[in-house]
Amino acid sequence: MTNLVTPLTEETVRSLRLGDTVFVNGPIVTGRDEAHIRALGLRAEGKETPPQLDGCVLYHCGPIMRQTEDGWQVVAAGPTTSARMNRLEPEMIREFGIRAIIGKGGMSAEVAEAMRECGCVYLAATGGAAVSLAEGLGACTGVEWLDLGMAEALWSFRADRLGPLIVAMDAEGNSLYEQVRGSLVRDARSRPLPRTG
Amino acid sequence: MIKLPEPVDQVVVNLLRLANTKIPEDIGWALEAAGMWENNPVAYTQIGAIMDNLKKAEHMGRPMCQDTGIPVFYVCGRFDSSIAAQIAKGVERATAEIPLRPNTVDPLTRENHGSNLGPGMPIIHYIPEEGDFTEITVLPKGAGSENMTRLGMLNPSDGVQGVEDFIVDAVLDAGGRPCPPTVIGVGIGGMSDTCAEMAKMALACPLDVENPDKTLREMEERIFVRLNKSGLGPMGLGGATTCLGVRIKKAACHTASLPVAVSIGCWATRRASARITDHGVEYAQGAVL
Repeated sequence: MTNLVTPLTEETVRSLRLGDTVFVNGPIVTGRDEAHIRALGLRAEGKETPPQLDGCVLYHCGPIMRQTEDGWQVVAAGPTTSARMNRLEPEMIREFGIRAIIGKGGMSAEVAEAMRECGCVYLAATGGAAVSLAEGLGACTGVEWLDLGMAEALWSFRADRLGPLIVAMDAEGNSLYEQVRGSLVRDARSRPLPRTG
Repeated sequence: MIKLPEPVDQVVVNLLRLANTKIPEDIGWALEAAGMWENNPVAYTQIGAIMDNLKKAEHMGRPMCQDTGIPVFYVCGRFDSSIAAQIAKGVERATAEIPLRPNTVDPLTRENHGSNLGPGMPIIHYIPEEGDFTEITVLPKGAGSENMTRLGMLNPSDGVQGVEDFIVDAVLDAGGRPCPPTVIGVGIGGMSDTCAEMAKMALACPLDVENPDKTLREMEERIFVRLNKSGLGPMGLGGATTCLGVRIKKAACHTASLPVAVSIGCWATRRASARITDHGVEYAQGAVL
């Protein structure tokens, strides 16, 4: 089990191996479909983008947040399906030098290629484990683009043992999802289940 | 207007709180069993994280998943036309009070009004029944699993084998995206719309209630075994538990059609019901429909 501290270096990222279990500590941002579109749109127009995106750990997550007297508090924050961002992610990785993506379900070969090229890994969080992962996200340190809605805004946190996360796509182009997909058995011989109870 | 012992909007808030914070017993047992079957360390880590999260969610009264979904309602028994507005009020209140994530947006502008309401929302199915009761069931359905829904208008000659292959392919092609281990809701027959409705409604049937139809029961068992031998595993990261159960409903169809719909429920297949009578309101999580 490895404790990673952000910001991550390329060397650290390239040392991670498929199937490793890691926890993430330190600054981290959330972003989904709309945040990707806006970040790339601003970059394309040569406009300023939030500095926390540069070299970040990007969590594909639309959290439930609650506003309290002490500011924003995270209520529930599991990963969203990363494949929705397949079309946008290679450019995000190349433009913003993203070092790690946290999500669920994995991403396309094009994303894997950008990850290999730039030094970035994909860390699988347990889908739906929203309360445990909210604890790991720790304190909310800011929010941008709240006009996109709670789920689509760019939230910043200081993570405190966010995990467990599985290295599911490494910085060499390997994907645990592809390995599993490649060995799927589709026509296992059917037989009735043993009756219990 | 039919007078009920508790305002329907309050019942809906209670229902959404129960459904989102506490996993139904049958699903909880199935997940626990999955933890005992898994010897793949990555898969075991996933099931462990799920069980840990379920305990925390229930203890802290927080939604077990941040995607509190779109709540799908089924209203049975006696009711009148005012119930839709009361359910809508309950959804809006629950969104602020629990809180739920505001998920409802315009499909094209993607504008979010923050209330989980909007044209066509909330989704309510009506099933009138004789009797002195009103029963409201809610299935909060997240998008990760909903986006993997598949409808097939098969050829009648494809037969039982064709139907089973279609279902297995739908689940395996979805991979880790719908958060396996999943519950598989299937509709067979009807027309395209009713077939998809049956598939979703099948997710309200607990895993420990036997399908009364022998043919469907045997299909459920065969698909269950095939999926769990596939190797897809929790979160699509490999392992022995891809599916927690398969629930199939069927209806008559056109002689030239064989519609099949697959509605995938994530491991957090949530449900809750409230039975409202003159004596009060009873809450439960063993919906059948």
